[in-house]
Amino acid sequence: MAATTMARAPRGTAERKPSAVQTFLSRHGGMMPTFAAALILVLLFIGAEAFLRGDFITPRNISALLLDNAYLLVLAVGMTFVILTGGIDLSVGSVMAFTGILGAKMLGAGVPALVAVPVMLLGGAAIGLMIGILVQYFGVQPFIASLAGLFLGRGLAYIVSLSSIKVENDAVLWLQSTRIKLGDWYLTPTGIIALATVAIAAFVLHLTRFGRTIYAIGGNEQSARLMGLKVGRTKIAAYVISGSCAGLAGLILTAYSGAGYPRNGIGTELDAISAVVIGGTLLTGGRGYVVGSMIGVFVYGTIKTIINYMGAEQSWMQIIVGALLLLFIVVQRAIVARSEGRR
Amino acid sequence: MPADTEVQPLVEMRGITIRFPGVLALDGVDFTLRPGEVHSLMGENGAGKSTLIKALTGVYAIDAGEIVVAGERRTFSSAADAQAAGISTVYQEVNLCTNLSVGENVMLGHEVRRGAGIDWKATHAAAARHLDSLGLALDTRSMLASCSIAIQQLVAISRAMVLDAKVLILDEPTSSLDRGEVEQLFGVIRDLRDKGVAILFVSHFLEQVYEISDRITVLRNGTLVGEHPIAELPRDALVTKMIGRELEDLATIASSSHREIDRTGTPVVKATGLGRRGVLEPADLEVYEGEVVGLAGLLGSGRTELVRLLYGADRPDDGAVEVHGRPARLHQPRHAIEHRIALSSENRREEGVVADLTVAENIVLGMQARQGWLRKIPKKDQDAVVQEYIEALGVRPANPNALVGNLSGGNQQKVLLARWLATAPELLVLDEPTRGIDVGAKADIQKKVAELSAQGLAVIFISSELEEVLRLAQRVVVLRDRRKIGELDSAETDLDGLIAYIANEGEGSAA
Repeated sequence: MAATTMARAPRGTAERKPSAVQTFLSRHGGMMPTFAAALILVLLFIGAEAFLRGDFITPRNISALLLDNAYLLVLAVGMTFVILTGGIDLSVGSVMAFTGILGAKMLGAGVPALVAVPVMLLGGAAIGLMIGILVQYFGVQPFIASLAGLFLGRGLAYIVSLSSIKVENDAVLWLQSTRIKLGDWYLTPTGIIALATVAIAAFVLHLTRFGRTIYAIGGNEQSARLMGLKVGRTKIAAYVISGSCAGLAGLILTAYSGAGYPRNGIGTELDAISAVVIGGTLLTGGRGYVVGSMIGVFVYGTIKTIINYMGAEQSWMQIIVGALLLLFIVVQRAIVARSEGRR
Repeated sequence: MPADTEVQPLVEMRGITIRFPGVLALDGVDFTLRPGEVHSLMGENGAGKSTLIKALTGVYAIDAGEIVVAGERRTFSSAADAQAAGISTVYQEVNLCTNLSVGENVMLGHEVRRGAGIDWKATHAAAARHLDSLGLALDTRSMLASCSIAIQQLVAISRAMVLDAKVLILDEPTSSLDRGEVEQLFGVIRDLRDKGVAILFVSHFLEQVYEISDRITVLRNGTLVGEHPIAELPRDALVTKMIGRELEDLATIASSSHREIDRTGTPVVKATGLGRRGVLEPADLEVYEGEVVGLAGLLGSGRTELVRLLYGADRPDDGAVEVHGRPARLHQPRHAIEHRIALSSENRREEGVVADLTVAENIVLGMQARQGWLRKIPKKDQDAVVQEYIEALGVRPANPNALVGNLSGGNQQKVLLARWLATAPELLVLDEPTRGIDVGAKADIQKKVAELSAQGLAVIFISSELEEVLRLAQRVVVLRDRRKIGELDSAETDLDGLIAYIANEGEGSAA
């Protein structure tokens, strides 16, 4: 029977040497959406600079971009882990509000920051753990499980307080008020925390077995399991990371606004998801970079700044982000279709 | 080099029993695997080969029996468990992650680490070393998605070797490899065997089984038929043991197929200049009543593309289709079905049967499509039709209430065929209906196709096994490089003639 099954040309040996471009594409094709996001960010900068006659790319503006979006950056990092496994976490906005108001209340009651801050992070991690267990052991769709987390987080926030609580703890306010200056440039501890989160996440995703397992699960969960990887605990860990990041974002936002407010972060989970997708992470999982998510957050923040400068309606923000999102999802589909067609 | 029977077995499975809803998949099966042997597990589809393998690798829990590995009684609860005990599996559908690099797929979970992180340079070097020992020179940093399925298969085997497996299970590893690649694989298997690895080999290609195996265990309908050293089991005896009856002489199929077709009337379906840019150059195709037209050509020659264009699964940008002499616009599969054209896809798992429904429900889906969705078909009629097809096609188990997902590939194919036949088509397009299924089921399906065409059904039959094409078809349409290069009368050509035609005919110009 083998004799009649037709032989194809031998592969691998006689093929001509691929060009540098082909080699690059076969190695790094998955980075294209992230490059595209970086390109869009650069174009936005140039466009705004031209439009505002050289008044946009200033040290003050760029520094503020990081400061104003530090909480979103931290959320996007956590979200990247979850989306890379092929899941989604809708709970992060309300978990951020919950941990923020919880922290404000504890600090107001005289609990030292050294206790309050870990409790905030653990609170976020606990909700993430709950979602992860629902997803992994009860087979609940990530969308539904994290929707439950969304309502839980918001409800808990209202239980803690129905109104805003001002924070007067020096340690927490220090995170925001400190300006590490370099000429006109400055960096706040919140900004440093956000950048460090990105760096640690990039290390974990690219240089640890845990991180590679995240990618493997997003590529093909069944294969990952058959390859003997620890799929269950890795998936749960992704949600715990996202929850912890939401807790950390709660701390940053509380420091940023100087208060905890139970209605903070309504819809912020969607901003985080948008930033991750604009940054080139595939919603179906397995492809994307945490650095891309950072670029996505900056694209998002820059559009917001430009609209503020122009004094335009905030609704334009939603429309532009929506259009960008659509564009990126179409680009991703095209890339996926191409790589499937090649096989 | 048959392994010595006195050698201490590495794996002993005793009295393994596994039940699925409605199916007794394995019934008290014994199986022994010794170090340094290649042991083939043979049986028809549905005999329980895959189930036995999954029992050994911890994918399925066993209902009765025991598994002893290296003298120790074991219960594996996951693939990771089995791998830790030195049992690695390479599956027919490559189970790797195409979104990661080649090297990473080889090393995933075993990356070389330095300090806190992975040392990618060393990891890729190690991967290259493992690939090299299989004679594969690949760019380990390129994405796996950019490799062919055959290369992916070899990458999967490299991966198993990284795990330092004592037992290597190869489940249909050759079904998508060409001859050269099979030779490469067999070289690796022999190497591993000589190093004392126990290899469990499953393949539907008898020649390959006889080429590589030291010992054969035969299963039938979930029970053990026997274990034999290869030298003591001639091929016909093996086939008889596998199917439990004398192999139906395929020559009778061939002789019933080789009849004159009346091509004076109007063809059932006639396509003129059907093509799509970058997919298929415009080609003509006509099929008459009672005729089987075979499509032959290499993988990727345009066989599947031609029938997908005809069926409307892909949209042609050129050409016209006539059904019974009247122009028809087949731009969607729905239109084709309205014109009584049925396409059974080569991808039966994704585009064919509904795994979560029972055999009966799957067949009734076809009847229902013919009746219109709103008209209820009486239960009695349903049962009668279902029973008829289960018997006619020899679906095993012959249980209308078994879930299709629990059936073997060959039996799923039979259910799929039954479902299309229940739509009462006038043209039946079969794309690789016999791929990856066993000899018995292949013969059953070929027999049914020959019978149906003798009753007047028009059939387009695609298969990579040219013998089948020649056996069933009266006319063979040959494609190469996305172009139709000619037609042959199967009565006037033989296997060698057809191969030569595919390889050489029509260089430079369309025949």
